[in-house]
Formats: sequence, C-alpha cells, structure tokens
Amino acid sequence: MCTYQTTTLNVEGSGKGAEGWFPVSDATVYFDHPVHATADHTLNVDLINPSRGASARVALELDPSSARALAEAILRTLDTIPAGLR
Amino acid sequence: MSDAMRAETVQITGYQGDPIEAYLAQSLDGTPTGGVVVIHHMPGYDEAAKEITRRFAAYGYLAICPNLYFREAPGASPDDAAAAARAGGGVPDDRLVGDIDGAASYLRSFGSSNGKIATIGYCSGGRQSFLAACSLSIDAAVDCYGAFVVAPPPEGLPISVEPIVHLAKNLSCPLLGLFGAEDQYPSPDEVAVLEQALTDAGKEYEFHMYEGAGHAFFNTDRTSYRPEAARDGWQRIWEFFGRTLSTN
Repeated sequence: MCTYQTTTLNVEGSGKGAEGWFPVSDATVYFDHPVHATADHTLNVDLINPSRGASARVALELDPSSARALAEAILRTLDTIPAGLR
Repeated sequence: MSDAMRAETVQITGYQGDPIEAYLAQSLDGTPTGGVVVIHHMPGYDEAAKEITRRFAAYGYLAICPNLYFREAPGASPDDAAAAARAGGGVPDDRLVGDIDGAASYLRSFGSSNGKIATIGYCSGGRQSFLAACSLSIDAAVDCYGAFVVAPPPEGLPISVEPIVHLAKNLSCPLLGLFGAEDQYPSPDEVAVLEQALTDAGKEYEFHMYEGAGHAFFNTDRTSYRPEAARDGWQRIWEFFGRTLSTN
C-alpha cells in the first residue's frame, strides 16, 4: 500500500548529494515504498533544498527498526552535548 | 504482425499549453491501432513505467507515458522528481486531466492511430485513470489499485486529493479494475463502494479482486509482486483492450 504519510519541516545545515555539498533548507519524512531498499515499505528521509532544484537531495530509506535506532541515537547524542554548545 | 518497435522521449503539450516530457513507444507494424496513455505510479516516471509503456507497444498499441512531475523537476532523476512532487503536495487533479488530455491528443494525431484511447494507471495513477475517464471522452480505462477514489487520505497529509467516487456518473467508457484483497489503500470495502456507485450509475465495468495479493502486485521489482495475480491481470487487460480499442 501507499501510506502517503509525510511530515515536512524546515531545517538548517548542509548535506552531501550527487553533486557535492549544498545547504539544506527542508526535510520530508515519510513511510512509503522505497526506490532502492528491498522492503515493501521504509522510513524515508529527504534532506532537500528546493531553491536548488529537485536534484539537491540527500535521501535515506531505512527499515523501521533502523530508523528508530537512528532517531534514538540522534536524541541521545544531542542530550549529551554540554549546555554551552547547544 | 511485425514486432518492430520504436521508443523515445518526446515533448507533448499538457495542461494549459505547458510543454512536458513523455515517453512514447509505438509498434512499427503500420496497422491502425488504439492508443494507451500510461499513468505512472507515485514513485514517478521511472524505468518500470517506461517498461510498461514498451509492453503495450509490443502488443501492437501506440503508448505514451507523460512525466507528471516534469514541471517540478525538469531533467531530474525520477526519484528526485518524485520526492519534489511529494514535498509539493502531489499532482493537482485539474493539471492531471489536462496532461492526460494532451497525451491522448498527441496519440490521436498519429497516422497509425485508429482514434481510440485508453488510460491505465497504477497506485496513485489508478485513481488518476478513473479521474481522466470521468473527465474526458475516451474509450477505455484501467484502474490498478488506485487509492482515495472512495475514501479521503488520512488527516494531516500534505497531498491534495479528494475522493472522486461521485464522478462515477460521468464515466465516459468501460472501466477495468484490478485490486488486491489484502490491500488497504484501497481496501476491499472501498472497492465495493466504487462498484456500487458504478452499478447505480449504469456504467459498464469489470472488477477483479485477487486473493493473496496486496498493493502493487504488478510491480516485478518489489516484494509486493504476485505473479499469479499479475499474470491474470495482464491477460484481463489484453482482453479488455482487445474489445474496447478495436474498430471491428
């Protein structure tokens, strides 16, 4: 099935795409059919910069448990940052 | 019948006169034949969509697949274009109808066209095939597991589609529907609602619901592929087009 479930948010930072580094301005997160992964559905993240065209994109397709582990690792890492660096 | 074929990227005129990219495949047999507009799935104008388009040409039809995401991402790879279209809320219905109309007109302009046109769509394209058949004067339509014909998308999603089952009364041609019994988008209950709407409107339709198959059972490079359902589905399509796109 197509879930179509999509979350979009603004982000600030950089990503490395097919043509090198670029500033990312937006992210979309959705659970749907992957393009490359073999599972029927994956948690997909696109870090994009629409002002630079559709190819300015860093894409991830992760199985649900991997995506959750990654999210928890990100939060755990952020929680350990000294207050002065946040 | 000759099995020679030509396939290439072309430019057609879409909604509001916009030039858009399309993939054309045509049998070189020379016998007047029907045209098939292939509506790609949500992952976009990709290798699978082009392969399906060539398959129709291999069976003697004129076939074309318009790139519905061309405006968002001209020249981009299919997956990047699909991501851009998704982030933008998907393809608006009026634009879709205009692009399919442009593709149909393009096919009708060929000397090898017999003037008859069908649409076929997969996944989101299934809904769009039904929408096109309710909005344009065509000769046949195939809906392969199109979601959101009957039920709206879950709340909070950025895609801009509404249920269109109320358009059944405007259906201009016979409709072939191919669905998986284990699919939830559309669920068998939703398919039953569409079937009832078509019956109430006095429309000609033929639905097949495959046990053991879910969404995207035609898709050979996914684990959702169900060869028995796909094989029977393709046979139904050939019989349906043989009946509806023939001038005999």
